[in-house]
Amino acid sequence: MVDITPADAVPPAEVGEMELYHPHSWWTKYVFSQDAKVIAIQYSATATAIGMVALVLSWLMRLQLGFPGTFDFITPEAYYQFITMHGMIMVIYLLTALFLGGFGNYLIPLMVGARDMVFPYVNMLSYWIYLLAVLVLVSSFFAPGGPTGAGWTLYPPQAIMTGTPGGQDWGIILMLVSLILFIIGFTMGGLNYVVTVLQARTRGMTLMRLPLTVWGIFTATVMALLAFPALFVACVMMLFDRALGTSFFMPAIVEMGEQLQHSGGSPILFQHLFWFFGHPEVYIVALPAFGIVSDLISTHARKNIFGYRMMVWAIVGIGALSFVVWAHHMYVSGMHPYFGFFFATTTLIIAVPTAIKVYNWVLTLWRGDIHLTIPMLFALAFIVTFVNGGLTGLFLGNVVVDVPLSDTMFVVAHFHMVMGVAPILVIFGAIYHWYPKVTGRMLNETLGQFHFWVTFLGAYLIFFPMHYLGLVGLPRRYAELTDMTIMTDSAHHLNSFISIMAFMVGFAQLVFLFNLIWSIRHGREAGGNPWRATTLEWQTSETPPVHGNFGKELPIVYRWAYDYSVPGAKEDFIPQNVPGSFGTSKESA
Amino acid sequence: MAETTLTHIGQTEPRPAGWQGIAADWSSDQRAFKNVSWGKAMMWIFLLSDTFIFGCFLLSYMTARMSTRVPWPNPSEVFALHIGGSNVPLILIAIMTFVLISSSGTMAMAVNFGYRRDRRKTAILMLLTALLGATFVGMQAFEWTKLITEGVRPWGNPWGAAQFGSTFFMITGFHGTHVTIGVIFLIIVARKVWRGDYDTGRPGFFTSRKGHYESVEIMGLYWHFVDLVWVFIFAFFYLW
Repeated sequence: MVDITPADAVPPAEVGEMELYHPHSWWTKYVFSQDAKVIAIQYSATATAIGMVALVLSWLMRLQLGFPGTFDFITPEAYYQFITMHGMIMVIYLLTALFLGGFGNYLIPLMVGARDMVFPYVNMLSYWIYLLAVLVLVSSFFAPGGPTGAGWTLYPPQAIMTGTPGGQDWGIILMLVSLILFIIGFTMGGLNYVVTVLQARTRGMTLMRLPLTVWGIFTATVMALLAFPALFVACVMMLFDRALGTSFFMPAIVEMGEQLQHSGGSPILFQHLFWFFGHPEVYIVALPAFGIVSDLISTHARKNIFGYRMMVWAIVGIGALSFVVWAHHMYVSGMHPYFGFFFATTTLIIAVPTAIKVYNWVLTLWRGDIHLTIPMLFALAFIVTFVNGGLTGLFLGNVVVDVPLSDTMFVVAHFHMVMGVAPILVIFGAIYHWYPKVTGRMLNETLGQFHFWVTFLGAYLIFFPMHYLGLVGLPRRYAELTDMTIMTDSAHHLNSFISIMAFMVGFAQLVFLFNLIWSIRHGREAGGNPWRATTLEWQTSETPPVHGNFGKELPIVYRWAYDYSVPGAKEDFIPQNVPGSFGTSKESA
Repeated sequence: MAETTLTHIGQTEPRPAGWQGIAADWSSDQRAFKNVSWGKAMMWIFLLSDTFIFGCFLLSYMTARMSTRVPWPNPSEVFALHIGGSNVPLILIAIMTFVLISSSGTMAMAVNFGYRRDRRKTAILMLLTALLGATFVGMQAFEWTKLITEGVRPWGNPWGAAQFGSTFFMITGFHGTHVTIGVIFLIIVARKVWRGDYDTGRPGFFTSRKGHYESVEIMGLYWHFVDLVWVFIFAFFYLW
């Protein structure tokens, strides 16, 4: 009998130098690069560029809402297109891509002590397919009929009917194709992130020594791999409804006095599929933010994170729970009231792990040596904003309160606070925090202060009054509100005020972009570890880290990521790769 | 975990027992699944994700079928073949299923011979698997052609609910695409085995990584998954 034990089934724990793809030309080094760090920058740059488009779209919407009738070129159709593209770009092409494709690619291999992602070639394909998805999306702006105006939820039947911009033109088709491409590209990257975290950590890096940033990105990626399939299926089916005339989501319907070909489809089925993706999506952008903010707070308060284990379980718990709450987006869809009871209960249960996380952040700050650096300011702003958005979530999670508030500006204010502003604040904080590692130079502090205060206060001045507008009954998604009786003078003035604030916050982002570019050459030299942080990415021999991340030897991890201000230690931080049991917290041992 | 197991780090700690031990092992350093290579882990996680895609497709089909207010075409009549003067229900699909399940058998044998380093038998069995897969796709094309000539379209059919045609073409088409992709990759891996790439350590054309005979097994994971999905599609479309 021949021995059939899979002898070479297990590759060496570390990819040898030979196995790393060594780029030979400028093209393979900077463009078709297989280095996760280059891919991360490509992802981030693309996401930022398309995000700027979404920012301009939000300005156009605010022009219409704040000063109705003043701008002739903003027709109701154009307004719907702005809304749709703004929402879709911000949620999918900016936040998801930046957190997972950008921060995930840059930080996962460095933080777990790997040379690169496990399959760099697939990782590279992931970016190029993402870029293709973005280009298809952008092309819809130039297609006949313009982009789709179906609202970011793309609800059928209206999404593919004549009255909706792009419904019977190219808009909706390009939107769906772009989403399908995005999901394919993301899956390639996402598999890499998950396997790298699970199977390619360095010696001593146990799961419970991972920085919370990695935990957040890892859990979010697992969720995305399980949630995006529902969107994929929904997109394929709607594409068939639109292009082949099938009736998956289309009931028998009369349009302009004419009976359409469709019959027997279920629009509610689309809503279920969409929100089975859509609700986890909220946490796909929130969990990386949770993780990153934990590390920012711990580092800049020079204090170990409070309740590390609870933080990990809270992340995993939120991830699991978020798959059983989706129909709280559908309370007014006419589903069975018992469903509403079930989904309201699960929704409110999520408040428990979330509250644990907030308490732990606050307790980490408690009596810490708080440095009010720019990343710390953004982290603090995140906590406040997230609590705010979370509390209005309790309103909307309850069926009886949600029904009158549904489809009002209150909902818009809520989700912008909790999944728009809060994660983007973390993204800013994270960029100020890791920019020195990526470029070797610090971002300008004065411009950073300006950026922070205008963004933080401005975002509050935009979205806080919006709750009031929702409570008085102002509906969302309406291009023209002037003739409505609920549109009182005060509501109208508030709307104009919100619009002006939106322009100012938008302007601050231009300053931030300028800072990003200016500091590459003119920023202060940062050195390898400007924040005196413990995690492995700050311990690389070179800054910015070279291809392969670490020198000849991979680092060995001896402790958790949060040995700050250890009593009796020489410095107020002990990097993860410093040997000795000294200072290691019991919790991490 | 309060206690974790460390490998190769020069210090041994007492290993916790029971559930804590399981948790400690699982969260220990370097790898969560100790004897699982990167490629195999990636394939398993991909299949989990793909399961959700097929799950969503099949659930949508069930929703459509259960909520329809017009009659659903009778599968034993629609899928019958007219042979020798009588209608034989489900005969084609029985053969198709038999072919596909058999291909799982040849795939498993290929994996076995791969680990025995028997290049010739491995490659032949993989090509046989690919042939059976291609036969399956061919018979599916025949079935599609038959249904289309009888008037079934994605947007309607002569016998009842329009969703019959739309879900049938969509789901069997999506599955058929999976089989086709599998056939292509079976041929690619079989060629590598035949040429001895996994013995000589020849780097991949795109990835510049060395391959291993484990690729045969990873290929097999995908193939068995596609088979398993077919069992569900078969049950829900033809037997319901």
